[in-house]
Amino acid sequence: MTAFLAEWWDLRDLGNTVGALLDWIADRGVPDWVPYVLSGIIGIAAVLLWAILSQLAFIWIERRVLGRMQVRLGPNRVGPWGLLQPLADALKVLAKEMVTPRNADRVLYWLAPIAVVVPAILVLAVFPFSPGMVVADLNVGVLYIVAVTSTATIAVFMAGWSSSNKYSLLGAMRTVAMLISYEVVQVLALLSATAFTGSMRLLDVVAWQDRYNAWLLFLQPLALLSFIIASAVEVNRTPSDIAEAESEIVAGYHTEYGGIRWGMFQLAEYVAGFAVAATITTLWLGGWTLWGLEEWVPGWLIFLGKLYGTFFLFIWLRGTLPRVRIDQLMGFAWKFLLPLMLLNVLLVGAEKVVWAETGASAGVVLPAFAVLNLALTVALVLGWGALAGGLRPQMRPKRPLLVREVGGIYYQPMP
Amino acid sequence: MAMRTEPFVVNVGPQHPSTHGVFRLRLTLDGERIVDCQMVMGYLHRSMEKLAEERSFTQNIPFTDRTDYLAAMTGNLAYCLAVEKLASVPVPPRAQWIRTIMAELQRIASHCMAIGTFVNDCGAWHTPLLYMMREREKVLDLFELACGARLTTNYMRIGGVSRDLPPEFLPRLRDFVREMPQRISEYEDLLVENEILIARSRGIGVLPAEKAIAYSVSGPMLRGSGVAWDLRKADPYAAYDQVEFDIPVGTNGDCYDRFMVRLAEMRQSVRILEQALDMIPSGPYQTPVPLALQPPPGEAYGRIESPRGELGFYVVSDGGPAPFRFHIRSPSLINLTPLPELVKGMTVADAIVILGSVDIVVGEVDR
Repeated sequence: MTAFLAEWWDLRDLGNTVGALLDWIADRGVPDWVPYVLSGIIGIAAVLLWAILSQLAFIWIERRVLGRMQVRLGPNRVGPWGLLQPLADALKVLAKEMVTPRNADRVLYWLAPIAVVVPAILVLAVFPFSPGMVVADLNVGVLYIVAVTSTATIAVFMAGWSSSNKYSLLGAMRTVAMLISYEVVQVLALLSATAFTGSMRLLDVVAWQDRYNAWLLFLQPLALLSFIIASAVEVNRTPSDIAEAESEIVAGYHTEYGGIRWGMFQLAEYVAGFAVAATITTLWLGGWTLWGLEEWVPGWLIFLGKLYGTFFLFIWLRGTLPRVRIDQLMGFAWKFLLPLMLLNVLLVGAEKVVWAETGASAGVVLPAFAVLNLALTVALVLGWGALAGGLRPQMRPKRPLLVREVGGIYYQPMP
Repeated sequence: MAMRTEPFVVNVGPQHPSTHGVFRLRLTLDGERIVDCQMVMGYLHRSMEKLAEERSFTQNIPFTDRTDYLAAMTGNLAYCLAVEKLASVPVPPRAQWIRTIMAELQRIASHCMAIGTFVNDCGAWHTPLLYMMREREKVLDLFELACGARLTTNYMRIGGVSRDLPPEFLPRLRDFVREMPQRISEYEDLLVENEILIARSRGIGVLPAEKAIAYSVSGPMLRGSGVAWDLRKADPYAAYDQVEFDIPVGTNGDCYDRFMVRLAEMRQSVRILEQALDMIPSGPYQTPVPLALQPPPGEAYGRIESPRGELGFYVVSDGGPAPFRFHIRSPSLINLTPLPELVKGMTVADAIVILGSVDIVVGEVDR
């Protein structure tokens, strides 16, 4: 970090440029609040711009990647390689009529698409894109993420309730039930990560990983796994897109929405996905650091690379897995993930105590913890899964019998 | 104040992504549990049985494409069998084998769609469906080669088929037969042991064997319930008495068994096609019959094992050029009858999976 040139033209951290600009303005003898407000506006504008551009890019990427996964081409008509398809989609969505159902609760129906986008974008404020590029450097960053993302649930319920559509209502109720369960898992996963690094400030978490050259991915794999699963639920991706399960309840809570209101839900879904990917990048993948490469490559590019890589995982999941049922999903949270995460928090506490008591150097302790935690993760996931599966032998796959003669009856009731 | 809940009626359909056409389920829900289920049919009713009474026997063949539009060949075949029985028209051996080949290709294509949409109903985002479409396209290409049409083929004729196979058909069929087992293995790798698919379909929608017989369901649904019954063996038609194949039979009668039976049947179909390639004779492909065929008064019932089950055509002649009565025993409709019983007590998500595992074609349900 010391080698940063920290001049306005140092592209490795755009924060320098903004800082130089603000200093220049402050030197002009304006009141103190002007640079302060300006810095906020610049940060918000930059994050919003980034979120919307990324969303446009990822609509195209997702459709192309899913196309490849599904042995078809994906959009390729509008612009070269279909690159302008998201713009065409956006224009179409903007031009469409926004229908309000006759029995809808008009205020809530109007408010919900806005209420769902606001928290999704608010979360982005705390992520450090690089050391100087963070809109709000909160010392309770992790807490802020949890608090803000959970408010989206209310917006989703507003949408489902106010549409006066039964599919919407089912979707909204499913969402609430699901999010309550998975919030617990998510919080415990975040707790494991922050307890290990000893700070809730995201800059500190990244700095910690940089200092010890150890991503939390290696130290807390179980927490990462749980967080990914819980996040897939949170952002409505298969295998847990239950709230908007297309084949069951048409589009869930946003069945009745059209035009730009529907577009707002899409935007919120993507931005929430980016926020989740950014959380994983910051807490588990070392944020803007890449073992010294950040000296040469702009840190925010490394951050974005990791973020998009993580988001790709969700696209991949969407193209691959069927959907679980709501009770199976809830059972998975309470019976499988929650015990594992409680164990993990206990383990983190024990490891922190061992580290502090023995006073061993990080070079010894961290590799040992990494190996131990990785082994425990594999053993716990496999063991707990085998135990749960062993209790239900009837759920194993089974081939049909091949019979030569007609007439026999081979039916056996399930155990 | 005491809290109170009320049942909640949801109309699944007639426009819904998972009803495979315009079919409506009226579900009464208690939360997510289904308390009551009523089926509402008839949105695709085209009055085929009455229309057929105004047209000559040959003119009725295109109708049989359009009842079960995912299995046009087998529809043609069942009707032609009934009329041949009525008018005692012999069918030359080459035509018998062509019919067998077409019926088995149709079974593969139809099962591809059935499996693909079933996994789609389980929530997979179109990926398995599009993989299945890839294979179905190859079958449709073969149909196009043979008769110029892909979906509504109108290929069978009373006394044979409408035209002989083009010379390049059999080599291309051989390529298809060589490739298909690998594809089926690929599907098995991807789907059979998928934990989520098993969780969604094992033990869901269990139809015991005696109930399956009582409801007179047929096809993969009956075999999934553990009853070894297949008209290709029980009452052989076309050239099925000369080929060897096994009947895949499930043991638990759940959605997973129905799905697995369909997968295994695709393998057996490939086996039949392999034998047919070696055994198909040369010779005439049609017995000439007059276009305005006037069968003697009487009645006949032609039945085949269509991809969905026993497809029967009951034709009555009064000696005139048009059938006096034309009735279709459609497997989709009859396989659908146990549905209310199967979905009661399950969740909405299960109901969709069960409906998917029944594999209905609404064109055949409503006719």
